[in-house]
Amino acid sequence: MEAWKFFKRTLVLVAKGRPVYYLWCALLLFVMAVGLWFYVKQMEIGLILTSMRDQVSWGLYIANFTYLVGVAAAAVLLVIPAYVYHFDPIKEIVVLGELFAASSIVMALLFVTVDLGRPDRFWHLMPGIGKLAFPNSLLAWDVIVLNGYLALNVIVPVYILVNSYYEKEPVRSFVVPLILLSIPWAVGIHTVTAFLYNGLAARPFWNASILAPRFLASAFCSGPAMVIIIFQVIRKVSQIKFSDEALFKIAELIAYAMFLNIFLLGAEVFKEYYSNTIHLAPLRYLYEGLHGHRALVPWMWLSLAFNITAFILFLVPSTRKRLPTLNLGAFMIIVGVWIEKGPGFVAPGFIPDPLGEIYEYFPNFSELAISLGVWACGLLVFTLFMKVAIPIVRGDFVHSKYAKDLTKIEPR
Amino acid sequence: MRRIAFVMVLIGLFAFCWYEQGKAKQEDFPVPRPPFSEGIFPCSNCHAGMEVNTKRRELKEEHTNIKLKHGSISRWCLDCHDAANRDMLRLVNGDQIDFSHSYELCGQCHGPTYRDWKVGVHGKRVGYFDGGQRTYFLCVNCHNPHDPKFKPIKPEPPPFKPLYRYDPTAKTGQAGQTGKQ
Amino acid sequence: MAGKRYSRRDFIKLASVATLSGLGLSGISCKKADLEEFLQTHYLEMTEEDKKRTIARLEEKYLKKYGKQFTISTKGAKPGTLWAYGLDLSRCIGCRRCVYGCVKENNNSRYNPQLQWIRVIRLPEGSLINLENAEHYYNPSQVPEPGYVYMPVQCQHCENPPCVKVCPVRATWKEPDGLVVVDYNWCIGCRYCIAACPYKGRVFNWAEPNIPTEELNTAVHYLGNRPRYKNVVDKCTFCVQRVRNGRYPACVEACPTGTRKFGNLLDPDSEIRYLLDHKRVFRLKEDLNTEPKFYYFFGL
Repeated sequence: MEAWKFFKRTLVLVAKGRPVYYLWCALLLFVMAVGLWFYVKQMEIGLILTSMRDQVSWGLYIANFTYLVGVAAAAVLLVIPAYVYHFDPIKEIVVLGELFAASSIVMALLFVTVDLGRPDRFWHLMPGIGKLAFPNSLLAWDVIVLNGYLALNVIVPVYILVNSYYEKEPVRSFVVPLILLSIPWAVGIHTVTAFLYNGLAARPFWNASILAPRFLASAFCSGPAMVIIIFQVIRKVSQIKFSDEALFKIAELIAYAMFLNIFLLGAEVFKEYYSNTIHLAPLRYLYEGLHGHRALVPWMWLSLAFNITAFILFLVPSTRKRLPTLNLGAFMIIVGVWIEKGPGFVAPGFIPDPLGEIYEYFPNFSELAISLGVWACGLLVFTLFMKVAIPIVRGDFVHSKYAKDLTKIEPR
Repeated sequence: MRRIAFVMVLIGLFAFCWYEQGKAKQEDFPVPRPPFSEGIFPCSNCHAGMEVNTKRRELKEEHTNIKLKHGSISRWCLDCHDAANRDMLRLVNGDQIDFSHSYELCGQCHGPTYRDWKVGVHGKRVGYFDGGQRTYFLCVNCHNPHDPKFKPIKPEPPPFKPLYRYDPTAKTGQAGQTGKQ
Repeated sequence: MAGKRYSRRDFIKLASVATLSGLGLSGISCKKADLEEFLQTHYLEMTEEDKKRTIARLEEKYLKKYGKQFTISTKGAKPGTLWAYGLDLSRCIGCRRCVYGCVKENNNSRYNPQLQWIRVIRLPEGSLINLENAEHYYNPSQVPEPGYVYMPVQCQHCENPPCVKVCPVRATWKEPDGLVVVDYNWCIGCRYCIAACPYKGRVFNWAEPNIPTEELNTAVHYLGNRPRYKNVVDKCTFCVQRVRNGRYPACVEACPTGTRKFGNLLDPDSEIRYLLDHKRVFRLKEDLNTEPKFYYFFGL
């Protein structure tokens, strides 16, 4: 009964807001509706509606999935400073960061679902009921690990927030082990995602040991960069307050991760270009073009330029500690890493294909619409989470027994 | 006297068995009917009453459609076709074999290929390899014995390029062949 | 209380609308056969009665869809068999008769999408296994073209199949007679196996298959050439419906130059054993340790 009352009150919180809030939600719902329409068409006609074919059988959906798992893993970059090193500026926003990770995982899982040919057979994936091929198949690992991470990143913040609502101290012996578990688990989700590509001997571009470290490095760039941008937006539209120190610290950690990312890219480039075997082909396709196919070349050079510029911007304290350059760097990283980890990673695994054919995959409108729909869904989930979490964190939204003024339950 | 006759019969029998054992056994394979041209077989329909001319020459009156391109420098028609009985073929040692055992004739020169054919590694076999009717194609089912070199043939169409336009109303696949990709 | 908009009446209204719409949506396609198909267990876990029931349901479904009576076999592997394939690269002329013979025998979609289990590639003489030089779409007026070698590639039925290793729901597995098969009613269409196959042996049904009804082959096997569905994976099965009855696969019979050889590795008198003993055989991408059972050799 108490839980129902709490839930009803959150519905009230979510239903009221400023006009810009309604506009934002309406926009997201519209994009979701368009995506859903195309998805229904895709399920009706078949995946032939996308540009994926036998030669390139994974495309925009799995590219976004890879990127978003990385973004979700990066919540650990907030959890470690907050809970292990008790860095106060970040401690203020860590709960929101965990909810951000949860929204990312929701998006990642949705991307896998829209990519599946027969999602109506999803029950085949459930351990015990279906026939989940654990531990042989890395996708089976991914199913377990991603859902576990989602559970962790929903249970821990919700537990803390609900306790805050009741002005109770969270039971440390329950929540701290879960928080500490989420640190290696975050590393784990992205390692498992990296391994699912890594284990395929058929795709020499992916069958490189550098994949898992590179994934982690680029994840720890892109996720926190999104946090930097999104949280500034939140700070503007809501009444949450946190100091810029938190953002600067995150940017510093991103700088180290970006260095590692660029270094590992350099290592890959050296190995392929110097050894000059036929396995150079995918990398050459990315940065030079292969047999006249050059679609991704400008994108990859743009991504490299963005990454290096952002690295410098974040490394130099004077540009890091100034919001305009900080935001520019963050935006560059978000785009640069998306290109590198999305199309710049999934497509060259299939180009050239195992029998030497080159099919240049480029997503078509229906794939774009569905992808944008999934992004909109994740953003909506995150918005709704924030709409409830921020008043709790600020202390505005508490149980009526503790409210200082009954009429003050006015969320913004 | 009777004893000598008896011993001679024994020796004769022995020699006959020895001789028979030395003669190559005709192996039998489940081959189809030889691919004769229409109406050409049995050859004795025409050749029974004809005079046999074993002089090597170019044929001017009949069989002018056959141009021998198979060892033609050292061989001509009657090296393989039996001169006395045109319904049979002729091995090098003079033995006659019928057309459905023509593989023995080919095998005289093409030894390794013949060995492979007997096992099934050369040539074509269709049907049941186990527990049913099967057919081992004769050499001449694929190779024209007078002009055995395979002629090039027109290939079947290539696969469609990957990104052909999906057209739910299309009744044929013609639309699939266009497009760069 | 300020902001309390959800009265009991509102709640009842919302709840009833939600329930009705849910029932309505589920009622759209909730026939008993569909429900049975949804709940169908994995082929390897079916009992004999399960299999019989499934076959009956599928035969009825095909009858309704194509107007023809199919006979779906569930014949298991014969003991003491391990099927393997031999391909004589010196004799392939790239005519693609095998490709279309396979398409006919195995009820493959002809167009929208076009599914071909065999892919013949043309390689220049002198650099045989460098597949980067492979040409898939050669279309000369006559084959063979001088200076080129033709190599057909299909599922290699590996002993160490990477596709089986990566399937998250075990929809594909290796049968006791060495054939790698797919249960089309269990596959979820994630296409991980297509990414894992080093030989492009697997293809995906990107849309509902289009097979002209007069060309349908109604003697099918559950794991083989029965008409598939959209959004599931399929591949060459070495004609499981034929070989388990002792017949040669369709591609072997279609080839005009006798390039293709097929047999039982465990039978010392088979063609394939003779090949392995007397010819110089190799397999594609042997460094990947997949142990394919598709042997290429040069007979000439």
